[in-house]
Amino acid sequence: MATQKEQQTHTEMAQVEKSIGVILQIGVIVSAIIIGIGLLLLLFTGHSGYPAATFPAHFSTIFRGVIQLKPFAIIMLGLFCLILTPVLRVVVSIYAFAKEHDHLYVIITTVVLIILLFGMVLGYLDI
Amino acid sequence: MLQTILMILGVGLLAGILGAILGIGGGIIITPILTLGFGLDIKYAIGASVISVIATSSGATIAYIKDDLLNLRVAMFLEIGTTIGAIVGAVLVGVVQPNFLYVLFGGLLLFSSWNMYRKLRAGVEVLHKTKPDPIAAKLRLNSSYFDKNTQQQVDYQVEHIPGGLSVMFGAGLASGMLGIGSGPFKVMAMDTVMKMPLKPSSATSNLMMGVTAAASATVYFFNGAILPQIAAPLAVGVLIGATLGTRIMQRLPARWIRMIFVPLLLYIGGQMILKGFGVTF
Repeated sequence: MATQKEQQTHTEMAQVEKSIGVILQIGVIVSAIIIGIGLLLLLFTGHSGYPAATFPAHFSTIFRGVIQLKPFAIIMLGLFCLILTPVLRVVVSIYAFAKEHDHLYVIITTVVLIILLFGMVLGYLDI
Repeated sequence: MLQTILMILGVGLLAGILGAILGIGGGIIITPILTLGFGLDIKYAIGASVISVIATSSGATIAYIKDDLLNLRVAMFLEIGTTIGAIVGAVLVGVVQPNFLYVLFGGLLLFSSWNMYRKLRAGVEVLHKTKPDPIAAKLRLNSSYFDKNTQQQVDYQVEHIPGGLSVMFGAGLASGMLGIGSGPFKVMAMDTVMKMPLKPSSATSNLMMGVTAAASATVYFFNGAILPQIAAPLAVGVLIGATLGTRIMQRLPARWIRMIFVPLLLYIGGQMILKGFGVTF
């Protein structure tokens, strides 16, 4: 009886791990493409779209720059997507654990997500 | 501009290939090259390096998932320790003297060199004998994995969970402060402290690296420590390099490369420490 239950959790976990793998793959490919576009644009136009030694590091300036097709803004968007990939993995894990009614791990994974968001806020406030 | 970008791309390529072959994140290769070679401020080198750690970790995890070696519960639980450590580390970088970072990084390279030497001499893996642990049972951390070499399903238990969590906080701190994946520290927490077998330990450590690096990367991203002209070509280079590296690895004995790398890491580590103390060549 116990082994049957263990077997069940094992296959369930394998399912979760598989979906995480897909998320990571998509995230990395999408960010690499965005970064690549930005780099090519930078190489062809020869300028970053910003005054020397400056670059956008906040959402508003990055998005404004992306609309204007500024190379540095596109690169920063791609880098941010790359950073978000593991964060997205945590979000998917919460959903996956919830689907399996593993409440303890829903809580544990949510704590990790909150810590990650806290880091974002810290950086944004420039502490 | 074009020349610098291509050169950084080359650095990323090299770090990606070596990282994949040696089973280390590219971080310990990237920061010395960017600081000692390109004269980049160590803060920006760390910011760029942490980006490439995310790239390599996500790439490698896909391979590990296919091998069914990961322990997702262990990873999630211990990430509480690593992410807090990483954020504290990233905030500390803005406060401490750059010289201190150089000395710390040099020390890390010396440690990595010793670690690699130890791996060279390591024999066959022996499964640790563990006692049933109430915390591990409560958190359902015990699991099993399929060993390809022996063709057997191996059941394992873990113990000393609070100890492992504390070492993980330290691993996160090192990752956030130095822009490295700190894989060896993570493996140490699981393998040495928690008595988890080495294979699932390495695979789980790789999965954790991405989330740990993301915690400090968000701090670096918003406070302007990630320079687009450095981080972007580096990330692209590392991604391509890591893909190439896993192909080369199957044909090249890692042992041979480790033998070259042990004295090289010792040498670069010494140089970083000297730079930290203000000695330049």
